[in-house]
Amino acid sequence: MTYLPKEFLRGLPAVFMASALISTPVFAQDTPVSGGTLVVANDTEPRNLNPAIVASNGVFYISSKIVEPLAEMDYDTGLRPLLAESWEASDDGLSFTLNLREGVTWSDGAPFTSADVAFSAMQVWKEKQNIGRQIFRNLDAVETPDDTTAILRFSEPTPGQLIENALPAVTAVLPAHLLEGENLDETSYNAAPVGTGPFVFAEHKPGELYRLTRNENYWQNGQPYLDQIVYRVLPDPGAKAAALETGDIHVTAFSAVPLTDMARLDAIEGVSVIPGGYEGITYNITLDFNHRREELGNPLVRQAIAHAIDQDFLVDVVFLGYATPATGPVPPTAEDFYTDDTAKYPFDTARAEELLDEAGYPRGADGTRFSLRLRPAPWFQQTRDTGDYVRQALAAVGIEVEIVTADPGGHIAAVYTDHDYDLAIGSPVWRNDPAISTTILYQGGLDAGVPFANQWGYDSPEMNDIIAQGISTLDTAARTEVYKDFQRLAQEDLPIVFLTHFTFITVARDEVRNVANNPRWATSGWADTWIAADQ
Amino acid sequence: MPEAKSKVSPSRAARFAVFLFQRVVQAIPVLILVAIGVFGLLELAEGDAVDAYLAGIGAGDAGLAAELRDRYGLGDGLGSRFLTYSTRLVQFDLGYSIAFSRDVSTVILERLPNTLLMMISAILLSASIGVILGGIAAMRKGGPLDAGITFGALILNATPGFWLGLLGIILFAVKLRWLPIGGLSTLDADYGPVRATLDVARHLVLPVFTLALTYLALYVRLMRGAMIEVGESGWVLAARARGVPERQVVLRHIGRPALLPVVTMIGLQSGTLLGGSVVIETVFSIPGLGALAFEAVSQRDLQLLAGILLAGTLLVVFVNIIVDLAYGLLDPRVRLGAGEIA
Repeated sequence: MTYLPKEFLRGLPAVFMASALISTPVFAQDTPVSGGTLVVANDTEPRNLNPAIVASNGVFYISSKIVEPLAEMDYDTGLRPLLAESWEASDDGLSFTLNLREGVTWSDGAPFTSADVAFSAMQVWKEKQNIGRQIFRNLDAVETPDDTTAILRFSEPTPGQLIENALPAVTAVLPAHLLEGENLDETSYNAAPVGTGPFVFAEHKPGELYRLTRNENYWQNGQPYLDQIVYRVLPDPGAKAAALETGDIHVTAFSAVPLTDMARLDAIEGVSVIPGGYEGITYNITLDFNHRREELGNPLVRQAIAHAIDQDFLVDVVFLGYATPATGPVPPTAEDFYTDDTAKYPFDTARAEELLDEAGYPRGADGTRFSLRLRPAPWFQQTRDTGDYVRQALAAVGIEVEIVTADPGGHIAAVYTDHDYDLAIGSPVWRNDPAISTTILYQGGLDAGVPFANQWGYDSPEMNDIIAQGISTLDTAARTEVYKDFQRLAQEDLPIVFLTHFTFITVARDEVRNVANNPRWATSGWADTWIAADQ
Repeated sequence: MPEAKSKVSPSRAARFAVFLFQRVVQAIPVLILVAIGVFGLLELAEGDAVDAYLAGIGAGDAGLAAELRDRYGLGDGLGSRFLTYSTRLVQFDLGYSIAFSRDVSTVILERLPNTLLMMISAILLSASIGVILGGIAAMRKGGPLDAGITFGALILNATPGFWLGLLGIILFAVKLRWLPIGGLSTLDADYGPVRATLDVARHLVLPVFTLALTYLALYVRLMRGAMIEVGESGWVLAARARGVPERQVVLRHIGRPALLPVVTMIGLQSGTLLGGSVVIETVFSIPGLGALAFEAVSQRDLQLLAGILLAGTLLVVFVNIIVDLAYGLLDPRVRLGAGEIA
């Protein structure tokens, strides 16, 4: 059974979807019971499980249950305090004060203090972390006046809103008493992390499973409910679906089961398809242009290509309805930042052809205007399928497209270092604030080799200026307005086209409760997840 | 070249030692070629280990990429990287797998037993069924049984392994619930040694049969062809003329020599042993070397890939020595000795 019919979901912004989901009364009257082993499907075995160094969803999926951030996203309040009880940015933007929770211990019994936060911020987030290196670039020092207060000091004014929005993803706190003086790149901690979280790392059987067990010292009374979480390595999507059916596994996250199987699984008694709980980690599908290619440097051609693509078709056919058409780089689930007051390029092949003629690329004798090479990102079925669709869509307006495929490593090198592409299909992640991983797709002047960033050859002083304002405007309302301008300019210049926003889908057995109950559910701590005894 | 050259016939053990030594020496140029090939191919592939890693973690900056390249030793020039790589190999130092953050030897040894268990069972099962069915088909040449066996084996051969595997899962694991869905052992089962062994065997039934059925056609066709051919040879005619019972003619005079090509094929297939079957390993969630090799390539993990290929080459050499020994047992005309079996 589904929580809501698919057609109903599609018509609503995901925010409403989310609140509708959590208020679903089906399980509301049930009281949590403790015990049981939750078995979830897993397909990757990250080489480094340390979430403070590798801020990525594959790592969080496992280690967010062991190592906690300062705060987690929440449907009702925006942010739910975890290791920090409250926080406040100074008016000058030069400091950010964190009031930490008292009485928290590491799973080895040592007390958690502000020294741990200072160590993590200065030596890990700022120095080592793939995302933190940018956000905490201007972090100068962390003062620890007492055990429960940590004050981040910045050398340049830094918006409190940005730090706040970054808390869930980039502030996993590491134990200073275990790691100080260690070589953070080589330490065995990275394979078996220790944290304050609801679960403790127990074992990794390579190729088979990870096992986490209940943290008896967890600070939240009575939680976690589960005795164990086992991540079973099940690489094949078909096998995952079968394992859900037999009850060998309880949960698959991150759309690990093909979308085409969702309807069949949903029809199985005891299994539900749950399309929520990922709003904080929305993925987007983009069509990236290489502006170095003469035709694509022309804004008219880019607009024409945008007009040639039917976003609704993509949503219906590639995503089977589990996506929304994009109006710009910010997803509508990000209520604060989102604006739909942007230039639109509705599906209109006649207009596309008109623009291409106007740009000076008429159809040749064979009906073709010019040819392009398209590299779809190889990691999602949906990125590859979108590539196939774009090829067809552009053929209809006289642009011949050749699909070039590579494996992930090859794709990254070709697009982001060698710029050896004309068109690319990308899947950038929305991480809760435009400054974390969205504006970098429009930032000019980056070195070649910076991945998931503007390697398109687009460099607009006006855009660079807006992006700079975004990370220096301290007033939250004013900063939010800056990002509305950002969306407008992004759609006007159209250096890349945001085609769809999609969030992943969880498929879970009905006995598992409190599934998808926060916007980063799969990458959150699961302290309140429990298994109902009789189903 | 039969015994002509021998003045003093060396002892069996000494001859065997020389034979082994020759085999190992023969393997050296192969190993060198393989080692250079691995390096060259990974070098030709777009992107390096850092690109593959960044693709996995989804974000990074130029500074991070440079630091990682430094740490992985990818910042050096081509020549010095090749030197480091080949020096290590010569010293049999398999090195460190950057994709798994563990020693290459550890990573390979974790998976070697699973792959060997699965592939040896599958090849032997496939060869045994193939020999029996091929033999029956040859004896009933042209009859409906022959046509049925040949046709069935070809259909199985043409069926993709993953599809056969998934069908097996749906029928035996999901519908009938007789067999487990995948993996190598039951989660959290606390079994004694006997039950634990049976548990692993139960988990291997589906993958081993899936693999065996896809290889089956090969052995059926080989055995059938060989038996028909041998059946026309002079010694079979002679044996029948001597009045040897038909059953003995078929088993000893036709069947035994007809096994030679089958054994050769087992030797050749040993090459695929270590490669395992990426597809079957994936479908049945078995941590094996096939999937590992695939991961090594996609992560551009040179040390790991070299280690896997090295292990594979050694295994092929080893299996082929056994195959040569088996020839001697099957065909009395074959004598093991230096220079005789090349």
